[in-house]
Amino acid sequence: MVSVRGLNKWFGPLHVLKDIDLTVAAGEVVVVVGPSGSGKSTLCRCLNRLETAGQGSIEIDGEPLPAEGRALARLRADVGMVFQSFNLFGHKTVLDNITLGPTRVRRIPRPEARQQAMALLERVGIADKADHHPAQLSGGQQQRAAIARALAMQPKVLLFDEPTSALDPEMVNEVLDVMVSLAAEGMTMIVVTHEMGFARRAADRVVFMDDGRIVESGAPDDFFAAPRTERARDFLSKILQH
Amino acid sequence: MEALTAHLSQLGHGLVTTVELTVVTTLGAMLLGIVVATLRIAPVPLLRAIGTAYVEVFQNLPLLALLVLFVFALPTIGITFPLFTSAAIVIAVYEGAYLAEAIRAGINTVGVGQAEAARAIGLTFGQSLRHVILPQGLRAVIQPIGNICIALLMNTSLAAAVGVVELTQAANTVNLVEAQPIAVFTGAGLAYMLLALIIGQVTGLLERRLAIVR
Repeated sequence: MVSVRGLNKWFGPLHVLKDIDLTVAAGEVVVVVGPSGSGKSTLCRCLNRLETAGQGSIEIDGEPLPAEGRALARLRADVGMVFQSFNLFGHKTVLDNITLGPTRVRRIPRPEARQQAMALLERVGIADKADHHPAQLSGGQQQRAAIARALAMQPKVLLFDEPTSALDPEMVNEVLDVMVSLAAEGMTMIVVTHEMGFARRAADRVVFMDDGRIVESGAPDDFFAAPRTERARDFLSKILQH
Repeated sequence: MEALTAHLSQLGHGLVTTVELTVVTTLGAMLLGIVVATLRIAPVPLLRAIGTAYVEVFQNLPLLALLVLFVFALPTIGITFPLFTSAAIVIAVYEGAYLAEAIRAGINTVGVGQAEAARAIGLTFGQSLRHVILPQGLRAVIQPIGNICIALLMNTSLAAAVGVVELTQAANTVNLVEAQPIAVFTGAGLAYMLLALIIGQVTGLLERRLAIVR
């Protein structure tokens, strides 16, 4: 479903992604972990071209990423993204946030789009907030609305860029529960996160990044029980000792 | 007082022309302002350069000079418009530059994340602007836009210089007959003030009605 070959990316003189190769099969859930600054968010953002790749190729469902314009917009419609800071449209109600893409990009008639949006809100457990504005919701509710917005496009892949990092601890689980259920339903997901519990519960594969490289990649049980590299052992010992 | 009441219809016509000029020009300037502000944030460098050039040229020339040039220079290359149309075009183009800068400031208040989220669901640049960026950016600068509209109203009086008989020109004409400048121009001034107050009220109303829930 997603195929990355020899991806390199520079921010000025900073080499942030180094020779990344990553293949994600349909229905697979890949969790990307690593210390901050390791390039995992940048990798995630390259996959729908919010960041442009410096070198290398990215294919989504067999199609190379278009450079710009309408073709790129069409591709992005098929690649959902959930952001750390939710990024719900502040001037629109939750329901209108969700129907914007389907009505404007997919050209689905409004009544139908609203119906689908309500079903999605039901699924993420905030149907009663449909007519509220984002600022009237808690962080966890906002992130669930943002997931519903991404799902409304019926994407082939969902990208999560640290979806729980901006949330109060007690709201993390309500978001993770939604993500776990999506994973169980067979959604193809690439999740950048620090939630090791989620990785254990829902990931098919854990990818560990450090200093712009994929250092290690494997099944979650193997990775957490017996990381092969010194760098991964060091990272895990730092985040799991509390 | 008699100096005013004796010429009510003449002054009234002037007032109507001022209102018409203000309304037409405001609409034109808003349209230009949105287009130019959009150019200034466009992803294409050439479009940004055009937007910047527009603002730098029209913000940095006196409106009176532009009016005179348009009305007296263009006919020499065979282009003539009716006086009212000429004044409306020039004032709209001039105020459009100011509005563009206010609108650009509004766009800058909208977080980068909003634009990224809009693009991430597949909206094109134009759709992101129309449905996500501009609705929020414009709301943020309703008050400055209102101020520019009031300045625009005042600037319509410069149309008198190229022969449009708006309120100031009408007052001037009446004064030539009555020779009572204090009464005549106080009356005209009060009329401008009333119009400006109305614009201010509308601005405040819009700001309250369109406020984004935060």
